Amino acid sequence: MIYADNAATTSLSPAALSAMTDILAHCYGNPSSLHSVGQQAAEVLQDARERMARILNADPKEITFTSGGSESDNQALRTAAHLGAKKGKKHLISTAFEHHAVLHPLKKLEQEGFEVTLLPVHENGIVTAQEVAAAIRPDTALVSVMFANNEIGTIQPIAEIGAVCREKGVLFHCDAVQAVGHVPVDVKAMNIDLLSLSGHKFHGPKGVGALYARKGVRLEALIEGGAQERGKRAGTENLASIVGMVTALEEAVTDLSAKQARLTALRDRLIEGLEKIPHGVLNGDRNARLPGNVNFCFEGIEGESLLLLLDDKGICASSGSACTSGSLDPSHVLLAIGRPHEVAHGSLRLTLDEQMSTQDMDEMIDAVTEVVQYLRNMSPVWRNLMEGKQDFIIP
Amino acid sequence: MALYSEKVFDHFRNPRNVGIIEDADGVGEVGNAVCGDIMKIYLKIENDTIVDVKFETFGCGSAIASSSMATELIKGRPVSEALELTNKAVTEALDGLPAHKLHCSVLAEEAIRAALLDYYKKNNIPYDKSKFPEPHDEHDHEAEEEA
Repeated sequence: MIYADNAATTSLSPAALSAMTDILAHCYGNPSSLHSVGQQAAEVLQDARERMARILNADPKEITFTSGGSESDNQALRTAAHLGAKKGKKHLISTAFEHHAVLHPLKKLEQEGFEVTLLPVHENGIVTAQEVAAAIRPDTALVSVMFANNEIGTIQPIAEIGAVCREKGVLFHCDAVQAVGHVPVDVKAMNIDLLSLSGHKFHGPKGVGALYARKGVRLEALIEGGAQERGKRAGTENLASIVGMVTALEEAVTDLSAKQARLTALRDRLIEGLEKIPHGVLNGDRNARLPGNVNFCFEGIEGESLLLLLDDKGICASSGSACTSGSLDPSHVLLAIGRPHEVAHGSLRLTLDEQMSTQDMDEMIDAVTEVVQYLRNMSPVWRNLMEGKQDFIIP
Repeated sequence: MALYSEKVFDHFRNPRNVGIIEDADGVGEVGNAVCGDIMKIYLKIENDTIVDVKFETFGCGSAIASSSMATELIKGRPVSEALELTNKAVTEALDGLPAHKLHCSVLAEEAIRAALLDYYKKNNIPYDKSKFPEPHDEHDHEAEEEA
């Protein structure tokens, strides 16, 4: 089996699992308790916070543990919007292809009276710092731009956008769920005020994440009921998962540049192989993309049937077709980069893992090539295209 | 995977009657690529009986399975029976479809009806207009789910 859906979730690292079972078995205390069992847990928690802060180049006090990326995004957006509102700033800037954990809270804030500007991301899937700068107004409270897109993997010019925001005095939130553990992230150097991350995207456990908030940015609690996380997130800490996440992250960032180089070579081999399939197109910039992300549209076929047939061949992948999302529209990310509906339905995302081999890439190239051809052979759309009755959208 | 029934998977993995009929007596195409599914049905009719049927489908697993099952249900049957084929019959023969996939069985029913209408028109055969309501222009998935 080839698991090529690592942007959805990753396997749990054995080191993280071992750290977690150790905590579950031997460190059951409540970090808020004053006795020795509780204080032992409090020390483990503090140690985990320091380790995570070190990796992000943050101060431990700037790290709040959450239930994951979605919670972190929600908390960051509500915090920044409401901080802005206190100063009469009710304009929020983001991009058209953010994760729904950003877009949906923005929609809600819009209903609360905020004005939202969603910047276009162009065919290459990248927003520029100049566009962000041009969109900032005197009443702008927040800029929220993802580090790397979850579907097409494109990496945004975060340091440049951070510099623009800092210069203009606007809070900058970065949804770095897909980036942390995969590419270098430095909140200070990149002038990030708020950053979301999620444990299970880098071989940590599910149900745990973190929110970095720069000193001075007072987080608004989404969950009330206790003084945990300095009053910013009530509820007894999920210690085993927090430790598992930090263990996985330390492992992920060890020799990161070597891992990136190895993964990039695999990715490029896969891209080159899939580019040989006629009337297909790579989605997102070829170079400014995550080392493990490959995303194509193939004309004349639909993504769900492609996924199911690949699964039969032992390949786990993902698609942005409407049928895989359970909604009527294909992926908003593919629409945002200008793919028409009929092409967006035929999308395939393969997200790699550092354990994979070149043989895995070749196996995927062969399987995708075969399945795409099989589905095209039963597609009336493909027949029309081949017989010249309609024009190809993808040349 | 419990996404679909075994029957749906069987007809998706081993679709029956895939292809085209060059000298078809009736051809029907429904759906649109913007919505993500198109079905095309080809009929060969002799003595008021469907002696051969083929399909081509652009769509998800349940769209392919619905097309395959629908062709099986009308193959060798009198035209009058094919005309009575409902999406419900297709769904039941597949041991059910998820609610948001029911429109695939509706498309299959509509594709067969469109092919039959084409057959009647090509051969100047009088037909009961009430049997041929206008296919859904708007391909409204949600309305079909509620139905």
